[in-house]
Amino acid sequence: MKQLDPMVFIAVFQEMLGGLFWPLVVFIVLGALAFIAVIIRDRGINSHWLVRAEFVALLGGFVGVGLMLWATASSPGDLLGGPIDWLLAAAIWIAGAAGAAIVSYVGLSLAHHARR
Amino acid sequence: MGLYLNPEPSRRNILGLLAAAGAGITARPAHAAPKVASRARIVIAGAGAAGLAAASRLAARLDGASITLIDARKAHFYQPGFTLIAAGLKPKAYAISATRDYLPAGVMLIEDSVAVFEPQANRVRTVAGTVIDYDFLIVATGLQLDYGAIAGMETGLIGREGIGSVYAGPDAAEATWREMARFTEKGGIGLFHRPETEMKCAGAPLKYTFLTDDRLRRAGTRSKSKLIYAAQNRALFSVPIVSEKVRMLFEERDVAMVYDHVMTAIDPGRRIATFRTPNGPAEIGYDFINVIPPMRAPEAVRRSGLGWQSGPFAADGWLEVDPATLRHRRFPNVFGIGDVAGVPKGKTAASVKWQVPVAVDHLIGTIEGRISTETYAGYTSCPLITRIGRAMLVEFDYNNNLVPSFPGVIAPLEELWISWVMKEIALKPTYIAMLRGQA
Repeated sequence: MKQLDPMVFIAVFQEMLGGLFWPLVVFIVLGALAFIAVIIRDRGINSHWLVRAEFVALLGGFVGVGLMLWATASSPGDLLGGPIDWLLAAAIWIAGAAGAAIVSYVGLSLAHHARR
Repeated sequence: MGLYLNPEPSRRNILGLLAAAGAGITARPAHAAPKVASRARIVIAGAGAAGLAAASRLAARLDGASITLIDARKAHFYQPGFTLIAAGLKPKAYAISATRDYLPAGVMLIEDSVAVFEPQANRVRTVAGTVIDYDFLIVATGLQLDYGAIAGMETGLIGREGIGSVYAGPDAAEATWREMARFTEKGGIGLFHRPETEMKCAGAPLKYTFLTDDRLRRAGTRSKSKLIYAAQNRALFSVPIVSEKVRMLFEERDVAMVYDHVMTAIDPGRRIATFRTPNGPAEIGYDFINVIPPMRAPEAVRRSGLGWQSGPFAADGWLEVDPATLRHRRFPNVFGIGDVAGVPKGKTAASVKWQVPVAVDHLIGTIEGRISTETYAGYTSCPLITRIGRAMLVEFDYNNNLVPSFPGVIAPLEELWISWVMKEIALKPTYIAMLRGQA
């Protein structure tokens, strides 16, 4: 009776995000696919774009944490409750950074090819 | 109020749970089991959290049964949101939806109340006079807030004269916030207490004390204020280890504690509450008070003969059910779930989360001619808010054992942001999924 069921998590996340849930899933999948597609097309990772994407990622991480603080009516000091809080904040930062890096890298690549 | 975690997690589960950002629920959804063909007539009295969750699970597991929900109230209230509304953290609408939003396909809803239970005859009568026969009855009526038992108190006073009361509904929770906000502008004496009866979410009186303390600090008026918590017996919480932790936190936050104080009367004009104590009546003045009335089984249940006939749950009419199976001890085709169940712990949504699958499996077991082995150990949970942005994820069972869902990861007696985050964003979606039988 007490076992992990992915359907339960999908149900909960659907309730949490409402109408945003499926568009968000589609956006994440498309973003990941687009990233793979531009790497294949460009035959590798372009280090100039990567460095710029990493700068955007730094910002994206803080935007992610900031959004979470806003959504939960918390303040930065609340993140220091204990090690699990630091881990949660780090995980949110990494998720925000990864998302921002992928989106900006794909954007840079597409913009470059559009100019040519 | 309530959280819906797993009382017996494995390490593998914990990783999966954390990966899912602590949305934290692990019961198998209702759709996982094969359907059972049955013509059984099942009546569920009450369409709150327990009634709707039971209806969803029964509808998903039975084929051909007649399932009837009876509840006069059209609105559905997400009660765990009341303390957040009363602390100005959520709008009133956060807790309000409609019962019909969660009504499973094939389940009939009668918008009426049960006036008379006739368990010997296997039927109920509604206020409007409809007689409904059943093969199985699930009593999920919730409880009655007995404001009248406090002399001088009535719900019309909530939101006036420094009087708040979190439990009476979304309007009362919002009115309580207005009154608390007024109080924090100037400061003064804040008085908090709890009744001596069983009550829903026994953590809420404590949470609300902590939230008022935090609001005063943020408003810069804490130094002009005195907060008093009047406990109904010698403890602040029924689980001793949690009670002791709350005592430490109250001392740290400068909340004065008095014990063995049961509120008997309130004088809104003079702003004085009267308590029964071992040393006779005691009066405490206040500028703001969170009144929590005695709680009992609804009148129709108290008159039904279904309540305990002796022991600690008899006086207030709580349903005489087996604590492990939620099956009635004298009428085996009757089950009691949610607040009305006469069990030692847990009038919370978290209890409902774990009671419903057990009661439903026993009911379906009877239909199938098998004996269910599912049991409920009294798991309940309280994300005990200690300030805005922090909470303690307290989970326990009938025996006052702590049963943390994430042992060694989320400490139950630490004020953590992750526990607050769960309460803020994951619990309501989990609750809604529970109503739909998906969690």
